[in-house]
Amino acid sequence: MAGLIILAFFVLVAILAPILISPESLDVTKATGERFDPPSLAYPLGTDEDGRSILLLLAYGTRISLTVGLAATLISMVIGTAVGIMAGHFRGAGSHALVGVTDWFLVIPFLPLAIVLATVLGPSTLNLIIVIGITSWAGTARLIRAQTLSIEGRPYIERSKALGAGNWHQMTRHVLPNVFPLVLANTTLTVAIVILSETTLSFLGLGDPLAPSWGAILDSAFSTGAVSQGAWWYVLPPGICVVLVVLAFTLVGRAMERIMEGRT
Amino acid sequence: MSLLEWRDVSVDYAGPDGPVPAVRGVTLSVERGEVLGIAGESGCGKSTLAATVLRLLPDSARVGGEILLDGADVLTMSWGKLRAARWSDAAIVFQGALHSLNPVQSIGKQLAEPIRLHKTAADPDARVRELLEQVGLPASRASAYPHELSGGQRQRVMIAMALACGPDLVIADEPTTALDVMVQAQVLDLLTGLVRDLGMGMVLISHDLGVLGTTCDRIAVMYAGRIVEIGPGLEVFDDPQHPYTRALAGAFPRVGDPAARYAPVGLPGDPPYPGDLPGGCDFHPRCPVVMDACATASVSLVDAGVGRVAACLRVSS
Repeated sequence: MAGLIILAFFVLVAILAPILISPESLDVTKATGERFDPPSLAYPLGTDEDGRSILLLLAYGTRISLTVGLAATLISMVIGTAVGIMAGHFRGAGSHALVGVTDWFLVIPFLPLAIVLATVLGPSTLNLIIVIGITSWAGTARLIRAQTLSIEGRPYIERSKALGAGNWHQMTRHVLPNVFPLVLANTTLTVAIVILSETTLSFLGLGDPLAPSWGAILDSAFSTGAVSQGAWWYVLPPGICVVLVVLAFTLVGRAMERIMEGRT
Repeated sequence: MSLLEWRDVSVDYAGPDGPVPAVRGVTLSVERGEVLGIAGESGCGKSTLAATVLRLLPDSARVGGEILLDGADVLTMSWGKLRAARWSDAAIVFQGALHSLNPVQSIGKQLAEPIRLHKTAADPDARVRELLEQVGLPASRASAYPHELSGGQRQRVMIAMALACGPDLVIADEPTTALDVMVQAQVLDLLTGLVRDLGMGMVLISHDLGVLGTTCDRIAVMYAGRIVEIGPGLEVFDDPQHPYTRALAGAFPRVGDPAARYAPVGLPGDPPYPGDLPGGCDFHPRCPVVMDACATASVSLVDAGVGRVAACLRVSS
């Protein structure tokens, strides 16, 4: 419940950000504040090195972080579910190959692979989504494959085979609807991990430098020496936002898992 | 030409110590409009034999012989032809209706599945309503989910599904297990009635010889993967020739027959493991009327009356 409330708040901020904030206030050349102003009435969370309001940056960052998080999760879920169902449905060499690829993605350390991919593709928000999406599906594929195997053993799959159904029909009409609750519960948990990945990669400077996601804000705070200047209002808020959103998604995901338990 | 013909069919499953024979040289046929019963204990090969008709066995099973469905050999059919034959030529009523229905789809949608796959009706929804009424369920139940129906109703849905594409042959694999006796009788009446009305052939598989005796034109009794007796339904039940059939028939006492109440019934032991069969007659270790010759002599089906055969040395002597 607490998770849902936190999520609703952040989603609202993300949706309303472009309405409430004019892009001008984020423009370095038109910034009104002083360099590293501490929190005041005009700037509730202080200003950055260019005199921009941190609060407005944060609000805008919510939009980018959530967009990247959800889009990358969608890619990850689609790949993971497709690979998982196919690996569970088919027997023989094809299935072994899919399991092998999944295992390969599971054991390759995430960060080096993502850094290499992001460097090759170049820094942009879309590329960040693609990179995170194609490096984070392996766990889902494993889970879905296990569930598919248990569903494949049920008599209604045999019945559907007996009435002349092909592989595609069996997978989309019988297996997919039955693994879907699990996919849903897994999605919320994956979003949390993906947002964390996005923050990590942006902090390492692999995101779009012009899009102030939470990770990118942290990155510029770090590179402009906000920490040694004692500008805590620059470093803490984005970090707290990340923690809150990840916590909220995890809480919702766990709650959904508990609801699904015993149902599938 | 028979509707379905098994010619010297054998099935071997891959076991840890080599192939395990589940069905050994079965020859049997079903005519149009005929109800053929297959009886036997668990593990005697009844369901395996039934699954050969639509090639539903796992890849590890080796099937030998010929299976002619309407004259075409199922074993050599191409994949596309086989898929077309599944359900439109021969349909199966599975045992355990609860598990044979997908819990997340309405029964109407599942009934329409074979119709849409085989495109046998222009308006699948209308056909679904027609099918539901045929099996005595209100057409409005099409939107119900499997868990909302009783066991008997679910089995009716399975029957409706088997009839969906108008097959020539229906294979009912223990259609009444897990149903109570009253519902069992209703379901069987419905099934045999529909099969006769629509002029189809049917293979009815059960371990209950009493049920088969009253519903089938002919009964084949299987033991350890072989047929041990074939004959007209009631005759096999009332006057069994093979000692195994006698034991099966004795397991279901007749109501109102005082002699049956005191007669010793039941059969000691278990059917043999298919990978380790005894020599001679397969049944001799459990046979109540065993002779010395049974342990060594090979037995085959011999005439045992009009339209009847049995595989027992005592019948031939």
